[in-house]
Amino acid sequence: MKFTKDTRALIYNFKANPVQRMLDFDYICKREKPSIAGLITPGSTGLHKAFFGGVEILLPIYPSIEEACKDQTDADVLINFASFRSAYDSSKKALEQDTINTVVIIAEGIPERMARELIDYSKKRNKMIIGPATVGGIQAGAFKIGNTAGTVDNIIACKLHRPGSVGFVSKSGGLSNEMYNMLAMTTDGLFEGIAVGGDAYPGSTLLEHALRFEQMPEVKMIVMLGELGGKDEYTIVEAKKQGKLKKPMVAWVTGTCAKVFPSDVQFGHAGAKSGAELETAEAKNKALAEAGIAVPNSFEDLDKKIAEVYQELVKDGTISPAKEVEPPMLPMDYKAAVSAGIVRKPSNFVCTISDDRGEEVTYGGVPISEIIENDSGIGDVISLLWFKKKIPRYGSKFIELVLIIAAEHGPCVSGAHNAIVASRAGKDLVSSVASGLLTIGPRFGGAIDDAARYFKDACDRGLSADEFVAEMKNKNKRIPGIGHRIKSAKNPDKRVELLKDYAKKNFPETKYLDFALSVEAETLKKANNLILNVDGCIGILFLDMMSSCECFSKKDTDEIVEIGYLNGLFVLARSIGLIGHVLDQKRLKAPLYRHPWDDVLFLNEE
Amino acid sequence: MARRKIREFNSKKLLAKYLEIVSNGKVKYNGKCAQISPNTDMEALLKENSWLAETSLVVKPDMLFGKRGANKLVLLDGTWNDAKAFIKEKMGQDIEIGKAKGAITHFIVEPFVKHTEEHYLSITPGRNEDTINFSPAGGVAIEENWDKVITFQVPTEAELSAKEIEEKLPGNIPAEQKIKTAEFIEAVYKVFKELDFTLLEFNPFTYDADGNPFPLDARGELDDTAAYKSEKKWGDIEFPRPFGRKLYPEEQFISDLDSKSGASLKLTILNPEGRIWTMVAGGGASVIYADTIVDLGMEAELANYGEYSGNPNTEETYLYAKTILDLATRNEDGKPRALIIGGGIANFTDVAKTFKGIIQALREYKDKMKKAGVRIYVRRGGPNYQKGLALMRALGEELGIPIEVYGPETHMTKIVPLAMEYVKGA
Repeated sequence: MKFTKDTRALIYNFKANPVQRMLDFDYICKREKPSIAGLITPGSTGLHKAFFGGVEILLPIYPSIEEACKDQTDADVLINFASFRSAYDSSKKALEQDTINTVVIIAEGIPERMARELIDYSKKRNKMIIGPATVGGIQAGAFKIGNTAGTVDNIIACKLHRPGSVGFVSKSGGLSNEMYNMLAMTTDGLFEGIAVGGDAYPGSTLLEHALRFEQMPEVKMIVMLGELGGKDEYTIVEAKKQGKLKKPMVAWVTGTCAKVFPSDVQFGHAGAKSGAELETAEAKNKALAEAGIAVPNSFEDLDKKIAEVYQELVKDGTISPAKEVEPPMLPMDYKAAVSAGIVRKPSNFVCTISDDRGEEVTYGGVPISEIIENDSGIGDVISLLWFKKKIPRYGSKFIELVLIIAAEHGPCVSGAHNAIVASRAGKDLVSSVASGLLTIGPRFGGAIDDAARYFKDACDRGLSADEFVAEMKNKNKRIPGIGHRIKSAKNPDKRVELLKDYAKKNFPETKYLDFALSVEAETLKKANNLILNVDGCIGILFLDMMSSCECFSKKDTDEIVEIGYLNGLFVLARSIGLIGHVLDQKRLKAPLYRHPWDDVLFLNEE
Repeated sequence: MARRKIREFNSKKLLAKYLEIVSNGKVKYNGKCAQISPNTDMEALLKENSWLAETSLVVKPDMLFGKRGANKLVLLDGTWNDAKAFIKEKMGQDIEIGKAKGAITHFIVEPFVKHTEEHYLSITPGRNEDTINFSPAGGVAIEENWDKVITFQVPTEAELSAKEIEEKLPGNIPAEQKIKTAEFIEAVYKVFKELDFTLLEFNPFTYDADGNPFPLDARGELDDTAAYKSEKKWGDIEFPRPFGRKLYPEEQFISDLDSKSGASLKLTILNPEGRIWTMVAGGGASVIYADTIVDLGMEAELANYGEYSGNPNTEETYLYAKTILDLATRNEDGKPRALIIGGGIANFTDVAKTFKGIIQALREYKDKMKKAGVRIYVRRGGPNYQKGLALMRALGEELGIPIEVYGPETHMTKIVPLAMEYVKGA
C-alpha cells in the first residue's frame, strides 16, 4: 500500500471541515485532481460544494459505500468518520469492497473485540486499516487524511506541501504536528507520517508502517514515537535485530514518568497503561537502544538525535536535501479574513426587530424568556416585533382582542371562500391559506388603515363631524370605516360594541373614537346602515391606543398609519380562520368544487 | 478509557447468570456471594441471603488487589457471627499493598467450599488470538508450576469446543471431571467473549460436592468501550478506582469537572510540596512534559500531572487553572516555584481562546504567586498562537511576574530545563 499524488479517497460520514482541509492541502501541493473522489452519507444523495483553490467544485454524495465504490473505481482509500457505535459495520463494509485497499478509522472507543475482528478480516482480504482512534496520517506533498497536520499555515510551516526524506510513525495523533514541526527544523522534512492510534489493538502497527517505510526508496530514515503499555515496540526491536529494518532509525517511547505515579494510571490512550515491567517506557527505550536504534536520553534531546542521524546521512550522500518549493497562494476564507479584520463588506440586509445569534432569540431587544416570565401575551409580541415597543398591558390586550374579533367571519367571505376552493382542489395548507389571504385588500378587510388615515387627518386638523362628512362628499369619496352591507343602527354589529366597550373601560382617553362616533351620528342621518363598521372601529381605536399610551411619538404614529401596519392585524387574525377552513375541508375530504353553470350568466357573442 | 477491573463479587454474579445461559444449562454455578460495604444493612442482607446463617463462610476484601491470604485478610470457615466480627474489625482499616495505601471498604462473603484440588484458569486477549491457560496445579504456587500449564490459543474469529479442550487436558484427570472441566472452560470462554471481558482468571477453581467446577477466586476486567452494546448484560456494574490513596479534594473537583465536560481535564497530585507545577494541553504532550522533568532528574520536585484537551471552554480552563494555582501557591516559604503552561502544536484549537480562562485565573492569583515565588513558562503552537503568546507576554508585564513565552520555533520541552534552573536557584 502506498499513497501517491494520485491517491483518491472516499469519505464516509463526511464533515465539511476535514473535506475542505484535504482539498486545501491538495491545492497547495499542486495535485492535478482533488484527493477526494466522493462522499458517503447513508441514505443521502446529491452534491457537496467545496473549494479547490479559488474555484468551487462539486463532490458527489453517495447513499452507500457500495454505490460510491461502483462509481469511483479509482478511489482506493476510505476515510471513515463514523462514530464508535457504527464504525465497525461501515469499516467492515468498506473492507468488503474490491476497490478499497486502505480503511482509515477515526473513531475512538471501538470495543477491542470488534477492532480485532476488523483486523482479522483485513488480513484475510489483504488490506490495511489505519486506526481506530487516530487523526490519520499524511504523505507530504501528496495525500493527507482528514484533519491531519492542522491548518494550512502549519502545513506550510512544517514543509508538508512537498516531500522530504523521513518516515514517521507514532501511536499518538495529537503529537504528530509537534513532530512534523521538529522534523522540518532538524531535517529536510517528512516524507510520510502515520499515527496508528492509541488503542490496544491498532489496525496496523508501528512495525507494519516501519516496514512500509523500509520499502519506500524516498524514505531515508525512520523516526518512531511509541508510548508505555503494550508490547508493539518490541516487534520493532525484533525486526531490527533480524535485519528487516536497515534504514537508520530514531525512536523514543513516552511515559517514563509513570514510575513516579502512586498507583496504576491510565493516560489518555486506551493502550497507554502502565503494567508489567516489560511494558514500561524505560524497558522499551532500553530494548530499542540495544537493538541499535538511536534513542535519546529524554524527549528533550530527541531533536538533537534526529538532527545527528540526518546530518550523517547528508554527509555520506544518502540524502540530498529536498528542494524548497513555493506553494501556490491559497485564497483566504472570507470568514477567516473577516475575523482577522482584513476585509470588510457592506451588508445586503438590515434587521432591526429580532436577533437569533446569541444564546437566546430576542424580540425587539427582549429575550424570549423574559417575555414568557413576564406573562406577556401575543399582543406584546406583536408590539415588540411590529412597533419595536413595549406597550402597556391594556394596549397589548387590545391587540389580542382585535385578533380574536377578526379571526373568523364565516365561510362565505371572499378569503374563506377562496381558501376552501383551493383546498378542495387538492392544494396544500400553505397554498390554500395564501389563496385566501390574497383576497385581502381595499374591498375585503383592508379598510383599517384607510379609516385610520382619514379620521386621523380630519381629527388632527380639528374638523367638526359635519365638516368632515361634507369634505368627503365634495371629493366624491366614501368614508372608509363607515357603512355595512347588513348591519345597521337598529341591528348593531356586536363586534363593534365589544371593541368600544373595551376602549371606554380601559383607555385613558378616546378622542378619535369620540370624533368617529360624532361622524357616525352625521352619516346615520343619511342612511340607517352608515354605521361605524368593524374595520373603522379597529383603525380608530388603534389611533386612540397609540396616542394615549405615551409610547408613540407623533412621527411614529404618522409612519404606522402611512406604511399601513394595521392591515397586518387583519391578515394575521384572519389567517387563523383560514387555516381552520382549510383543515376543515381536508378533514371532510371535500371533493373538487366546480361552480354550477346555472349560476353563471353566459353572454357570448354569436 | 478501556480495560476496567471489576470486583470479584461482580465477576461471580455475571458468571452465575451467563455460564448457564451460554452452555444451555450444562454448566452449573450458583454464584452465591454477598457484598458488604460501609453502607450495608447487615440484617437486610441476611434476610435476602438466608444461606449466610446456614453455611460456613469465607470473607475477603473485594478491592481489586491480590495476595489477600498472605496479608492475613481472609477469614476461612467462619460462622455468620465470625464474619461480622471479622468485617467489623477490618472495615475502614488502612493497609498497604505494594505501593498503594488505602482503607478497606468492600468485602465479599461466600459459602466455604471444602476442597483438595486447586486448578487454574485464565483467559487473556491478544491482537490475533485469545489465550486460555489451564493448570491442574493452581493456587499460590501457580508461578512455580507454570510448566504444568496447558495453553489454548484461539484465533480471533475461531471457536473452541469442549471436545477439543477435553482432548488436551492431562491424562491424570478422572474422565468425568475432564468432561465437566472442558465444558466449564468452553462456557467461560463464551462468556468472556460475549460480555466483552478483557481478563478472567480463577486462581484457583475447584469442584463442589456434585463435581461441578467452582471458582474460589475470580478476577475480571471488562472493556468499557463496549458499554454501548453490553451494558444491559452487565447490569448494575461498578468500575471502582484502583486500590490506592484517596483523591485529594482538588483531584476530586477536577475529576467531577471532567465528567461533566465534553473536554478532558485531568489532575494527579504527585507531591503537594513539589515546586514544579504543570498545566499542559494535550494527552500526549502532558506525558512528555512529566517525562522530561523526571528524565532530567527533578522527579522529587514534580508536583503534579496535569492535562487539558478536547477544547475546554473558558469557564473550564479558568477553574482548572485556578485549582492548580491554588495548590501551587500554598507554601510561601521563600523558595522559587515554576508553573509550566505547555503544549504541542494544536491542530485546530484556537490557542488565544484557550488561554483566556488561564489568564483570568493568573490575574486572580497575582499576589499569591508573587508571595510563593512563582515564575511561569509558556510554550504552545497552533491556530492563532501568535496572539495567544502575545497575550501571555503582556500579562507578565501587567502582573509584574516573569512569564517566559515560547512558540513552535522552540523545542516543546525547552521550558523544562529553564524552569528547573530557576527552581534550583541557579
